[in-house]
Amino acid sequence: MTLKANLKYNICWLILMVAGFYLMNTLILAGVIDSFLENMVVTIGINIMLAVGLNLIIGFAGQFSLGHAGFMAVGAYATAIIISKTPTAGALYLSIIVGVIIAIIAALIVGIPTLRLRGDYLAIATMGAAEIIRIIINNMKITNGPSGMFNIPQFATWPVVYIMVCVTTIIIVNFIHSRGGRAALAVREDEIAAESMGINIFKWKLAAFVLGAATAAVAGSMQASYLQTIAPNNFNIMESIAILIIVVLGGVGSITGSFVAAIILGVVDTALQNFGALRMVIYAVVLILIMIFKPSGIMGSTELSFKRLFNRKNKKVGAKS
Amino acid sequence: MTTLLNVENLVKNFGGLTAVSDVNMHLNDDELVALIGPNGAGKTTLFNLLTGVIVPSTGSITFRGTDGVIPLNGMKTYKIANLGMGRTFQNIRLFKELSVLDNVLIAMTAHYKENFIQSIFRSPKFYKTEAQIREEAIELLKIFDLQDDLDKQAKNLPYGIQRRLEIVRSLATKPKILFLDEPAAGMNPEETADLTRLIRQVQRDFHITVLLIEHDMSLVMNLASRIYVLDHGSLLAEGTPTEIQQNDAVIKAYLGEEE
Repeated sequence: MTLKANLKYNICWLILMVAGFYLMNTLILAGVIDSFLENMVVTIGINIMLAVGLNLIIGFAGQFSLGHAGFMAVGAYATAIIISKTPTAGALYLSIIVGVIIAIIAALIVGIPTLRLRGDYLAIATMGAAEIIRIIINNMKITNGPSGMFNIPQFATWPVVYIMVCVTTIIIVNFIHSRGGRAALAVREDEIAAESMGINIFKWKLAAFVLGAATAAVAGSMQASYLQTIAPNNFNIMESIAILIIVVLGGVGSITGSFVAAIILGVVDTALQNFGALRMVIYAVVLILIMIFKPSGIMGSTELSFKRLFNRKNKKVGAKS
Repeated sequence: MTTLLNVENLVKNFGGLTAVSDVNMHLNDDELVALIGPNGAGKTTLFNLLTGVIVPSTGSITFRGTDGVIPLNGMKTYKIANLGMGRTFQNIRLFKELSVLDNVLIAMTAHYKENFIQSIFRSPKFYKTEAQIREEAIELLKIFDLQDDLDKQAKNLPYGIQRRLEIVRSLATKPKILFLDEPAAGMNPEETADLTRLIRQVQRDFHITVLLIEHDMSLVMNLASRIYVLDHGSLLAEGTPTEIQQNDAVIKAYLGEEE
């Protein structure tokens, strides 16, 4: 594969990202997307960040984590505390970095003992770890305890969230398609075989876990600054499960799937707001139907790939001539 | 000829059961050795001990690496693998959902360095290294006639090809010793003959030591320069194929006692 061919695919992705930005911008200027719909779009963006990060841990490294909301809380509170004290846009970016660093440290503390566990045990241990994070936040003064924080300055507007979605996705996708990502895939497929091929399975499990946690912290920062209010209860086990649902629905092991599922669920959720109590029932039925008819998720494990699109086009052209 | 791997008084107990008892063996540079024995003799357990998948109860395993003799007892599996011990598995353990090429690339993970920052930001160096190892992997796959299956999922390959891919994958780790656990299991005579040729070629061209577990005697007698016979966890005999064929204890273990 030449550098030139890679450049072509990378430019395609760049065009897609810029086009998405301009489409969104135009729709807002034209008044098609009002503040209600903008809220939906931003929520979808935040959910994409969370789902892509969790998909790295569950779908690619094969580690069943149920503690994603805990790392999200770390980012959210880092941002809330910092930008409440110094309300500037620069402080937002600083707070994202602080949140990411704390989340990485937390992920190392949680991951080093728990990633030696497997399957269900790991799920329970990570769930417990996330609860510990939440309870610590619940009992601290600086976080304003169980009542949470409000009037957080809104610096995370939709363009900021959009760029963060792009950045975190690029980082994770590039990690997956590198040496480390391949090692993580090997761990998912067969730990004993991976170890016998000289792969330090623990190191790569931890790398995937930490990277996923870091992106969750970014998502948390965005949520805190966009919604302007946060409380410890926003980050309980139900939030972790909500993220897990997006991953499973989209397809475990498909980043494209996480995007698609986050968008579909975001739209369904918004469309059902008028149904009141029926909303959760319909939401659940949608989930059950998809799981019955497409148990591997909407996308299975396939990805949107410009390389494949081009190859298909070339084949067709070749067949005609 | 120098000793590459030396095993002394190796014992493994699983609770009250002694799976491997007091085994002494050695592997020299550039030789093909077979390990045979009836079912349940402890052959695979011995393999797992040598490759670090399980830890020995007592005894010592030492490996002569580039910088002196290294004791392997209690060393992590991946570290042992990186010293130069490759293996295949009795019940094929390929990375089933991944492509043939990825299976080989993964095995090369330890042999090239890649900076996290470089791979995230896709520096030109990243693409260069990727292209390099890809080429290296394809070269290796070509030797085994697998170059047309690069993008196929490993689980979709025919059984015989899967066994072959497993050998390629273990060779990609650049081993000094290759452990083959029943490579001919489930193969028909034609495939076995093919495999025999292949193993001989690998051993000759790559100049590696091969230790082979096998039940197919035609393959063993054809290939091995030395044979170890294991029965009930302990070594019954050691010698050349002809010596083993005439060894009374071995015949007794396989065929039972004469009346």
